[in-house]
Amino acid sequence: MGDLLESIRNGLPLLLEQVLNGLQLGFVYALIALGYTMVYSIIKLINFAHGDIFMVGAFLGVFGFTYWHLPWPAAILVAMAGCALLGVLIERIAYRPLRAKGAPRIAALITAIGVSLFIEYFSSLKFVFGPNYRVVERPFGDFRWSLGGVGISSIQLLVIAVVLGLLLALQYVVYRTRIGKAMRAVAFDMDAARLMGIDVDKVIAYTFAIGSALAAAAGVLYALAYPQIHPFMGIMPGLKAFTAAVLGGIGNIPGAVLGALIMGQVEVMTAAYISSEFRDAIAFSLLILVLLVRPAGLLGKAGPEKV
Amino acid sequence: MSKGTLRTLLAAALALGLLAGCGSPQGSSQGGSGGDGKVIKIGFIAPLTGDVKTFGESARNGFRLALEEAGYKAGEFTIEVVEADDRNDPTEGKNVATRLITQDGVKAIVGSITSKVTIPIAELANERGVVMITPTATSPKVTVDDKGNRWEFVFRACFIDPFQGTVMAKFAAEKLGAKTAAVLYDKGNDYSVGLAESFRQHFEAGGGEVVAWEAYALTDTDFSAILTKVAQANPDVIYLPDYYQKVSLIGKQARERGITAPFLGGDGWDSPELDYATMAGGYFTNHYSSQDTREAVQNFVAAYEKKYGQKPESFGALGYDATRLLLKAIEEAGSDDPAKIREALQSIKDFPAVSGNISFDENGNPIKAAAILQVQPDKTFKYIDAILP
Repeated sequence: MGDLLESIRNGLPLLLEQVLNGLQLGFVYALIALGYTMVYSIIKLINFAHGDIFMVGAFLGVFGFTYWHLPWPAAILVAMAGCALLGVLIERIAYRPLRAKGAPRIAALITAIGVSLFIEYFSSLKFVFGPNYRVVERPFGDFRWSLGGVGISSIQLLVIAVVLGLLLALQYVVYRTRIGKAMRAVAFDMDAARLMGIDVDKVIAYTFAIGSALAAAAGVLYALAYPQIHPFMGIMPGLKAFTAAVLGGIGNIPGAVLGALIMGQVEVMTAAYISSEFRDAIAFSLLILVLLVRPAGLLGKAGPEKV
Repeated sequence: MSKGTLRTLLAAALALGLLAGCGSPQGSSQGGSGGDGKVIKIGFIAPLTGDVKTFGESARNGFRLALEEAGYKAGEFTIEVVEADDRNDPTEGKNVATRLITQDGVKAIVGSITSKVTIPIAELANERGVVMITPTATSPKVTVDDKGNRWEFVFRACFIDPFQGTVMAKFAAEKLGAKTAAVLYDKGNDYSVGLAESFRQHFEAGGGEVVAWEAYALTDTDFSAILTKVAQANPDVIYLPDYYQKVSLIGKQARERGITAPFLGGDGWDSPELDYATMAGGYFTNHYSSQDTREAVQNFVAAYEKKYGQKPESFGALGYDATRLLLKAIEEAGSDDPAKIREALQSIKDFPAVSGNISFDENGNPIKAAAILQVQPDKTFKYIDAILP
């Protein structure tokens, strides 16, 4: 009995530390997942280029504080602004013409995959970002505090604080502003919203801008936390965040955050207590299990698919 | 040219022809016209264009330097050279090797550079009874077939993959006094797995304990979970046998987690793009160091710099070593019969090569020391020691 208590006392700080590792990862996934879910809720498109916008954001942010000598919070803002523009541009050039012609949703989906590959390979060109891996030099020192045996690092605090701040800001935009109201209206019923005089194209552009800005912030945080960037770095986090969005219920904002936090914990706990080899296998099997039980995701509304 | 020599040549050509099943002994006819001496043709195969062309070019620099220093002579033989480009493509490698053996009539080949190209060439050379020595192909499968039977005619001048793990385990235990180690490796990379397993085996055999054994995948970027475990296990050293990009990424995340144990690795660290600041103080095994004070090394470095205007890296050194080993074997054999050259090569003892004093084991792999280098914050590698397994 004493041994058991002893081992719990020893294992607890380690467990809490792993929970923190999972939170750090989960919060970054959450920012990416929000972009997927917001775009989906409005135009029912899975924007596969989203992971690549995350990558561009990481590059812009890192260039910001290394080559352009911006303070790092300004670098995050520059990356967010740049990617918001990029998101709107992609929507304007690649998706809106298809929507205007009434193309089937599968066409838009395949276009999204094309855009994704284009961004990846265009970025790999020597005169753009280049194909090499770059080591990120952090613009601030690494600190580490120990609270009762639980270690927490400055980068973990930064990630959690920035993501919570952005989530609150998003909550405010969606529920307290005119554009947020318009977004909710378009998500609920696009045709009715248009009849009520809402400029649907404008609302869609705003949605892309906000989602892409969040992905850019996630990219910069990711580059700070896991300090290496390259043009294909967006693929895996993009896929994981997409999974998180589906897990939580695609189209549902709190669902995306919940799904992302679960993904982060499952990955880290698998690596910590089972084996690193199983982390992706278990994370994705969880998705399948949840969808078998709740096809609409954890917080998604069950209902007939309106296709 | 005496009658006896001619007879030897013809016998050799006949032996080659029998072994090869087809003979085109051009080399011997040229030997006849040489007048005062005998001629032996040797081939050189390396990737001189394509994705790893700098590897091939460096090896060729070493190859040519060795021949020049020997005056294109080995014993009483004059060396004729046929160079070929395999473009780092296994099919092209086999094509040029076939051409060298059947049309040009080479008796021995130096090459190729990467394991994937060298393996088919080795199989062909062995089948045709032509001596082959690769400067740099490290896969164990270069000198043995799938069942582990030795390809008699095939040798190499570099160590094989698992050897690096063995050497590093010994260095960690004996020189660093490490009692416990953590091992992190990429489960999808044969190189990384091979080094990790041999390190664990020999570190444990030496009385050490592996307190964390963690695999990851190529696509992983978040190592927080396994590094938290490593920090908890608090090892004396961390063995991380991977290429420089992953090494830099994992190193950085480990340091920020307060892990201060030195990192150890293999020749995959040897790159100007390694994160020197983070990895400073870490040790890795390599084929040779230009800072080694042995006479063979310093003479080579001086000659290479004089001829090519740059410091030789491992590929140049190993190309040089492979060529000199072959010349030595031809001289010892006193014959251009590949079977005799093969025997002479196998029985070479403690040959003072740049990458160590070389003897061959039963699989044609050199028994020699590995250089241990330490990463310095000023973007250089410092030569620490040479360790025998």
